[in-house]
This record gives sequence, structure tokens and C-alpha cells, in this order.
Amino acid sequence: MHSFGYRLNGLLTFAVTILALMCVIASLSDNLNIPSPSAEIQIMNINWFQKQPKGSDEVILRMNISADLQSLFTWNTKQVFIFVAAEYETRKNSLNQVSLWDAIIPAKERAKFWIRSSNKYRFVDHGKNLRGKEFNLTLHWHVMPKTGKMFADKIVMSGYSLPEEYI
Amino acid sequence: MDWQGQKLAEQIMQVMLLVFAVVSFGAGYVLGSFQMMMLVYAGGVTLTALITIPNWPFFNRHPLKWLDPSEAEKHPKPQVAVSSKKKSSKK
Repeated sequence: MHSFGYRLNGLLTFAVTILALMCVIASLSDNLNIPSPSAEIQIMNINWFQKQPKGSDEVILRMNISADLQSLFTWNTKQVFIFVAAEYETRKNSLNQVSLWDAIIPAKERAKFWIRSSNKYRFVDHGKNLRGKEFNLTLHWHVMPKTGKMFADKIVMSGYSLPEEYI
Repeated sequence: MDWQGQKLAEQIMQVMLLVFAVVSFGAGYVLGSFQMMMLVYAGGVTLTALITIPNWPFFNRHPLKWLDPSEAEKHPKPQVAVSSKKKSSKK
């Protein structure tokens, strides 16, 4: 600690190192939070179910998504990214996942919501396998922290199915 | 600063930063606000810098005793030999 610059450098280095440790502990404290989210999706209507000119099936549907994700937020949460995926099985693939809708929840107050929306992204199959298909709608979420580890989880809702014939 | 002062400044700096880290983390955790933690910590770092970095008088309580000038003249520094002869004159 011989000179002004020496002391300044020592102080700043120590301060930043301690700050890094604080951020690690803040991230670890996220594990203390046990979330209890709930969600429900209703398919209000199937607006479109046809073959594309190329040959693959396409669906446009209207959903009513309601969820309470407030328990996912901690003091170290920046935002929660959620998306709804349709999952189904075909002869060629044991699992197909198609993302239908997503959103960013920036704060705890906005985490309890309902929204009616048609799918943001196209629900297109690889082939013509969707007639009469049973599928799950899964709500995935990614809890993005201010510092540290990101947590991801999902709720699987099953029991949805497409009509037997094209609309 | 003198040697004792330097040691004191380093100790004060380390202790204060650690205390502020604990206090700011606690405040942020209890209030549920990450921003509060950062603000308190930044304030703490600035306060610590103001106390430990400048050359305050209380860091100079054990000043070094440099050799008296009259003593120094009785023991002159050895002269480096130069090509042109130089007479070293003593007062």
C-alpha cells in the first residue's frame, strides 16, 4: 500500500472480487425458492386445417392460455420466457415438437394472466400425419436470472386432438 | 503515509468492504431488491475509498525518522569516478 495508485488498485480489485462472490451466493439463493406454478390451455377453435400446396399439413388454432407463474419470480429474476409447444408422435418420429406461442414476462405482477391468441408460429407437420392426431400442449418456461443459473421447467397438458378430416 | 499507516489502511479497507458486502446482501435479500444491494454496495465501496485511499493525517502517526541533514554531511555519498578530475570540496 505504498502509493495512492497502489491502494486504489487494491481496493478496486478486492471490491470486484467480493462482488463476484455476492453474485454467486445470490444465484445459489435461488435454489431456496420452491415454485408452484399452474397453467391451463383451452383450444377455443380450429380455424384452419389443410394440406399446404407442397403437401404438408398445417393447422391454425385459437387458444385461451391462462397461467399463474408468480411463484417462479425471486429477487434475482430478470424475466421469465414462456412458450407453448404442441407435442405429438408420428410413424417416422417418436416426438415432434412445434412451438406455437411465446412471451416474455418482465415482472412478477404480470405473471398471473390469461390471453386469447391464435398461434404466433406456424403449426406445420413434416408430412400429412395430423388428421385425427392426439397431441399434448406443453407450457415451457425459462427463469432468467439477473446473475447466475437459469432454471427451466414445464407443465404438460394432454388430451387435445385434431379433427379427423381437413376443415 | 508511514508503514503503520499503510498496514492500518489495508486492514480498514478489507474489513469495510467485507462488512458492506454482508450488509448490502442482507438488505437486498430482505427487501427482495437486487438494485438495493448494488446501490448499498456501491456506496460502501465509495465510502471505503474515501477513508483508505487519501493520505489522511491519522495514517501518519508513526512518522519515519529520516537522517538529519547535518549528520548526512559527515558521511558523504561515494563519488563516481569521472574522466576529468574533479575535486570534491567539503564545506
